[in-house]
Amino acid sequence: MEELIEILTNLHPDVDFETCDTLVDDKILDSFDIVTIISEVAEAFDVTISAKYILPKNFNSARALYDLIQKLEDEE
Amino acid sequence: MQTHILDYLIETVQRTPEKMAYSDGTDELCFREVYEQSRSIGTFLSNNGVYKEPVVIFMNKHPKMAAAFYGTIFGGNYYVPIDVEMPEGRIHLILENIAARIMICDDTTLPIAEKIGFEGRAVLYDEVCRTQVKEEVLQAIYDRALDTDPIYIVFTSGSTGVPKGVTACHRSVIDYIEHLTEALEFDEDTIFGNQAPLYMDACLRELLVTIKFGASAYLIPKELFMFPVKLVEYMNQYRINTVCWVVSALTMISAFGTFETVVPQYLRLIAFVSEAFPVKQFNKWRKAVPDAVYVNLYGPTEGTGVCCYYKVDRDFEPGDVIPIGKPFRNTQILLLDEHDQSATPGEPGEICIRGASLTLGYYNDPERTREVFVQNPLNPFYSELIYRTGDLGRLNERGELEFISRRDYQVKHMGHRIELGEIEANVNMLDDIKSAGCVYDKERSKIVLFYTGGINEKELTVCLKEKLPRYMMPSRIIRLSEMPYTANGKLDRLTLLQKI
Repeated sequence: MEELIEILTNLHPDVDFETCDTLVDDKILDSFDIVTIISEVAEAFDVTISAKYILPKNFNSARALYDLIQKLEDEE
Repeated sequence: MQTHILDYLIETVQRTPEKMAYSDGTDELCFREVYEQSRSIGTFLSNNGVYKEPVVIFMNKHPKMAAAFYGTIFGGNYYVPIDVEMPEGRIHLILENIAARIMICDDTTLPIAEKIGFEGRAVLYDEVCRTQVKEEVLQAIYDRALDTDPIYIVFTSGSTGVPKGVTACHRSVIDYIEHLTEALEFDEDTIFGNQAPLYMDACLRELLVTIKFGASAYLIPKELFMFPVKLVEYMNQYRINTVCWVVSALTMISAFGTFETVVPQYLRLIAFVSEAFPVKQFNKWRKAVPDAVYVNLYGPTEGTGVCCYYKVDRDFEPGDVIPIGKPFRNTQILLLDEHDQSATPGEPGEICIRGASLTLGYYNDPERTREVFVQNPLNPFYSELIYRTGDLGRLNERGELEFISRRDYQVKHMGHRIELGEIEANVNMLDDIKSAGCVYDKERSKIVLFYTGGINEKELTVCLKEKLPRYMMPSRIIRLSEMPYTANGKLDRLTLLQKI
């Protein structure tokens, strides 16, 4: 989780990713961020987030994204 | 000969008044509504003595925004679109340059207009579009219009930190739309899925071709471009058959395996613009949507929209370059070498544009206009301007134009044209910054900023967000103890590139 928080914080140092759960709803993340996050997550965790998982609910909070990463790690 | 851009709308509204012109999936306007509302706005401007002036359009992406553009033109003025996501600092620079007296807003932007201290009068679209139309007044304005009069100013990145306002006239836009449609064969059955923000000239393709043919355009909400499956579902839901998108929007779909879940069902024309399409991704598209026509578009805002096109007529392997093809009819491309002579076939030269599609240059900025809108060096005999794009190109062995690279520090990032110097200039304006150097990490599509100074990366990010548009924000910020310089005192970008 720490690693993920670091990836996110690098994108938006001014956002508290531990608590924020409206990253998509409040338009904090945009398409640039989504692309960056997916590629950084692929590098750091060796998981591929494919299109069917690129949904608002999976990106609304660091927690949700982390749960997705773990789920994908288990599947592999 | 057509001399007024809105003849398109005037004729189409007679033919198909009730057909949907623009929609965002929630709200829509038919041609009659677009026409009536824009006639009201034109009358409102005239009632207020606003004529031959810039009018700021500050609205969220919405069908009404197109009507606000046309209303401005019906009133004999030129529109200047600005966007909610532009940072305040940039908006101030634009407003300072144009000194507009009227700004047309929607519900959410009106309070922002007041907050940023707009000195003119900010009005609400929904109020001014109810103005009683004065046909005879609008007719008189129409009769006085020349096709060399400006119709819009769109702002683009400037390396000094001050954005440049590219000013286009009826003639350049008509020339563009006529020859674009001739090449791409749009018609009344075209259903566009618009991706380009409405504050850029790229949206003219969808907006104006729609009123020319009585076609339809869906202004796809920006948020959908984050979620590829939802985006394709949206296109299928509305039977979108034509897209002209930046490459990054198309690769967002193909790169993440969207086609395994959902495939666009109705697309028959897929045009891409702004940067080279990576062939691997391009081939994924062709495999998923094999029957569509694929077109590479190229052109700077200064040449009105785009000026070159290549209809894909063969297979490409990874490593191949998809050419930018040839100019539209009535436009010529010159390739000039460093001695301002025509480059020989195969040799690189600066891409220069000649023809009626040239814009009027940069608004209120004769100096920077003169630097790039210059007398054709191949013609000493009479006055003839060309636009020097700063792009290097060459003719391949098939005689097709290929884009090679930039001559300077302008980059294309996620479809946006960015001067790295503009980012640096904005960083250097901050207190506690000693020096700044920006490079582009092409492989990972990232803007990387290096700086020296007394504030940390986080503080710098927060400050920059107030100054730079989102797409210009560096993806990585790295603080150095010392900035590298070359022997003659210039920023050493090569050393910086090695640090990423």
